[in-house]
Amino acid sequence: MTAFRVAESGRVRHDRPVEFQFDGRSYQGLEGDTLASALLANGVHLLGRSFKYHRPRGILTAGSEEPNALVGTRRGPGRYEPNTRATVQEIWDGLQAESQNRYPKLSFDLGAINDRLYMLFSAGFYYKTFMWPRSFWERVYEPLIRRAAGLGKAPQEPDPDHYAERHLHTDILVVGGGPAGLSAARSAAKSGARVVLVDESAEMGGHLLSEPGLVIDGQPAWDWLAGMLEELRELGVRVMSRTTAIGYYHQNFLALCERLSDHLKEAPADLPRERLWQVRAGQVVLAQGALEKPLVFDGNDRPGVMLAGAAQTYLHRYGVRAGDRHVVATSHDSAWHAAFDLSDAGSRVEAIVDTRANPSDALREAARDRGIRVLSGHTVTGTSGRLRVNAVRVNPVHDGSVGPAETLGCDSLLMSGGWTPSLHLFSHTKGTLRWDDESDAFLPDQQAEACHIAGAGRGLWGVEAVLQDGDLRGAEAAEAAGHKPESGAFQVENDRTGSGETHRELPSDRKPGRARAFVDYQNDVTAKDIRLAVREGMKSIEHVKRYTTNGMATDQGKLSNMNGLMIAADAVGKAPPQVGLTTFRPPYTPTTFGAFAGYHRGDHFEVVRKTPIDSWAEENGAVFEPVSQWRRAWYFPRQGEDMEAAVARECLATRKSLGIFDASTLGKIEIAGPDAVEFMNRMYTNPWTKLAPGRCRYGLLLGEDGFIRDDGVIGRLSDDLFHVTTTTGGAARVLTMMEDYLQTEWPDLNVWLTSTTEQWATIALNGPNARRVLEPFVEGQDLSPEAFVHMSVAECRVAGFPARLFRLSFTGELSFEINVPARYGRALWEKLYEAGQQYDVCPYGTETMHVLRAEKGFIIVGQDTDGTVTPDDAGMSWAVGKKKTDFVGMRSLSRPDLVAPGRKQLVGLLTEDGSVRLDEGAQVVADPNQSVPMAMIGHVSSSYHSATLGRSIALALLKDGRNLKGQEVYVPLPSGLHKARVTDTVFYDPEGERLKV
Amino acid sequence: MLLIHCPYCDEDLPELEFTYAGEAHIDRPADPASLDDEAWRNYLFIRSNVKGPHYERWRHNHGCARFFNAVRDTVSDRFLTTYRVGEPRPDLESLIGKEGRE
Ligand SMILES: [Zn+2]
Repeated sequence: MTAFRVAESGRVRHDRPVEFQFDGRSYQGLEGDTLASALLANGVHLLGRSFKYHRPRGILTAGSEEPNALVGTRRGPGRYEPNTRATVQEIWDGLQAESQNRYPKLSFDLGAINDRLYMLFSAGFYYKTFMWPRSFWERVYEPLIRRAAGLGKAPQEPDPDHYAERHLHTDILVVGGGPAGLSAARSAAKSGARVVLVDESAEMGGHLLSEPGLVIDGQPAWDWLAGMLEELRELGVRVMSRTTAIGYYHQNFLALCERLSDHLKEAPADLPRERLWQVRAGQVVLAQGALEKPLVFDGNDRPGVMLAGAAQTYLHRYGVRAGDRHVVATSHDSAWHAAFDLSDAGSRVEAIVDTRANPSDALREAARDRGIRVLSGHTVTGTSGRLRVNAVRVNPVHDGSVGPAETLGCDSLLMSGGWTPSLHLFSHTKGTLRWDDESDAFLPDQQAEACHIAGAGRGLWGVEAVLQDGDLRGAEAAEAAGHKPESGAFQVENDRTGSGETHRELPSDRKPGRARAFVDYQNDVTAKDIRLAVREGMKSIEHVKRYTTNGMATDQGKLSNMNGLMIAADAVGKAPPQVGLTTFRPPYTPTTFGAFAGYHRGDHFEVVRKTPIDSWAEENGAVFEPVSQWRRAWYFPRQGEDMEAAVARECLATRKSLGIFDASTLGKIEIAGPDAVEFMNRMYTNPWTKLAPGRCRYGLLLGEDGFIRDDGVIGRLSDDLFHVTTTTGGAARVLTMMEDYLQTEWPDLNVWLTSTTEQWATIALNGPNARRVLEPFVEGQDLSPEAFVHMSVAECRVAGFPARLFRLSFTGELSFEINVPARYGRALWEKLYEAGQQYDVCPYGTETMHVLRAEKGFIIVGQDTDGTVTPDDAGMSWAVGKKKTDFVGMRSLSRPDLVAPGRKQLVGLLTEDGSVRLDEGAQVVADPNQSVPMAMIGHVSSSYHSATLGRSIALALLKDGRNLKGQEVYVPLPSGLHKARVTDTVFYDPEGERLKV
Repeated sequence: MLLIHCPYCDEDLPELEFTYAGEAHIDRPADPASLDDEAWRNYLFIRSNVKGPHYERWRHNHGCARFFNAVRDTVSDRFLTTYRVGEPRPDLESLIGKEGRE
């Protein structure tokens, strides 16, 4: 048995030893230990170095509020978890943990020089550095901060674990499995309500686990607890341990994080590491208890200094004494009981130092019985010991003046500055707090959600009172949830009620400027920092918080907020409630990214939409690219081809003979009804009234602000039916916009809108041989140039499949787009591909499509437009119906800024050196010799190598661009300065001869 | 996650099913051409941006797909009511009274 283990004591299994490693050294603990309790059992108190000053730090608490004892834990590749709280991590055979923030080793750390540079790191130091000379920042300060700062190291490998998520609906959710939560769950469940009880710890019981001497209803506390849990099980209560309520949101929506495998030696492969529960509860009972506060004095952070309540927990729950020789410093009765229990367990308690002048006679007597020296009306003014406390300096205080010091030797200093009701979740709901003078604490006031606060969370003290209160709150919640509750009664013997006082930093006889009296351990904020912040003008607690970073570490000030407030209030000269508390926000404790991501990672991160022809593309070696949520064939490389070679071949083959392209992702909207044409007239810039059935037209859609939102070819199938196509990415947006106008502005129009994007597979045949291949397949439509002119649409049959056939062109070649019901898409594709063999048909992807359209100067909305481009800017005034009186965005086209000269206009750019391909997004300047920063006149929006033209081409948006045609501009790129000539946007076949095949 | 009452489906449903659609009760002018530049600018861009109860539009796009109106307190992020398109602006005082707040 290890030196500090108490035989037969605690809830750990003395017959089940567990081997684990800390900083490479092997230790033995017991099943049921946390890493902290197991290390304490081995006499190890030094666990890490602090964030800013690299001061040696130990274990302060026994729970999730721990600010100091953060370690890295490792369980194989990719499974390194930084900043694990040793007080929460359960040990298992083979667990490897290591200390953080130290170099080269924990006992001798070079970073501790920061502790000597204390002045550099005082309050507001981040802000002050910005006023220092730049050279100092770059050479001295930043490297120093980078080395010093950072809490733990992030793992580098992908996380091999998986994480789950579940939804849960319940009548009543009880948060906290201590006495209040247990009795609340029972009374609520007895009423017949569905009840869920959660606790962050490995087992239920809360404070009862730290006080086995209690007798509840005639039973020893732990027997009573076992009976209670059995009763809850029988009542059908869902009891969830290792489950933290991390956030409390609107309408009683709570997030729970359940930890499933971190405590196991070997987790089954199918077991998620954590599970995020999203709970909607009718009523919530918050029974989160209270957190003990440290006392603020010089050296209160030395390893071996621990909260008294934590020592009591280590003793009773884990059977571990926190040391051999304790000094207890307190302002609250509770620490006396910790001292008595340790003394009874065989530890030596050198003294109880109470800041209060008159602790109760009963406590004094109990101390006397145990031979413990009592120093009442004393302050603590320092500690000593390099890596572990070895002495405490205490002084009497009379009428506010500090008397001569006395030094008490010890190996453990236990402290208590009283207790703070834990109201974090309540605070998430924007529930308000009120200051209670009697308990010197904030208690719940106005609530914003259907919740009930039970027990120590609302300032009650003593287990009997807390049990009774939980029972009542549970009944109250059940009644509010529509059930008929019954209440019980509890009798508790050995109940240790008590009271205490709240302090700012303790008085001292030493120079306050030299004191390292820590308020926020995790962020290394001292009492002096807070006073400095107030002196430097921070009067609001929110400013003090940000200036000092008090309460901004991962523990969110669970231990530090109240002490910080007391000191700030004193410095400002106001009462604490006038200064107020900062807001707690979710999550209650640090939560893994994995838990939030849940299933949404890898292939499940986002939906992948595939066209009916996608499988053919995959079988034929396509390289894919994501386009909004679609997976689209990008190009079809042949053996040995890179992208550039493949795209060049695809472009040439299409222009020369025949290309086939899967255009199924185009958005499609069916617009039907007697007022369909009126609706089209109002939505699109173009006139539609005179478009005959059987014809189609390029349509341009603006926002009400006059800027281009979308485009596409629209076919009129009959008087009252339009087949609208949109951009691939714009489909949902356009339908939403249309629905918005139809439902809210023009509900009088008799029109139906239906998304048909996924109903149709769309195959585009492009090239001089397109008609020859298609013609034999078509029934019910004459494809001759005279009968089926450019920009026509027909309903017919293609290869026996019902089809909507368009003749249009996005490449400048003779082109048909065949829409067939999606289920026939691949079959039709295969038939056309087979028939196309005689013309060397070439399947091409989106990259070739982009190049071919750019050669013709056709825009891609969202690439050549950016939400600030009008039809005129894009050179597309021709698409705006001149005789129309209104359409969406029309009025804006005459706004002063939209008709002002100097707008950016779409033009072509040809580089002087045709082998240079400009970068898309590159800025364009008129005069390359001007001084930096240069005046930019626009940017390159599209840029490709054109195999057809044997050179590069680009589109650009240039200020007053059309007037610059023929002139030279310059594009500075990392590769050098490139000269380019401004041209028309159409690079290939400007007369459109190729459509006339 | 908020629960939002769709006035068409007449059910409280999770926020995920809905999208926000801007301030409510801003009608598109019947004859935009008759508006001067300033009036048109106001229609396009000027919004009330209130702190407190805000009349706004939502769409139940993963449900009935209808647009509807709501009054939501931008401070508490709570819905005071939702109502159908075309129904008059609800009276704020009676709403706040009903909620027993502020
Ligand atoms: Zn609905």
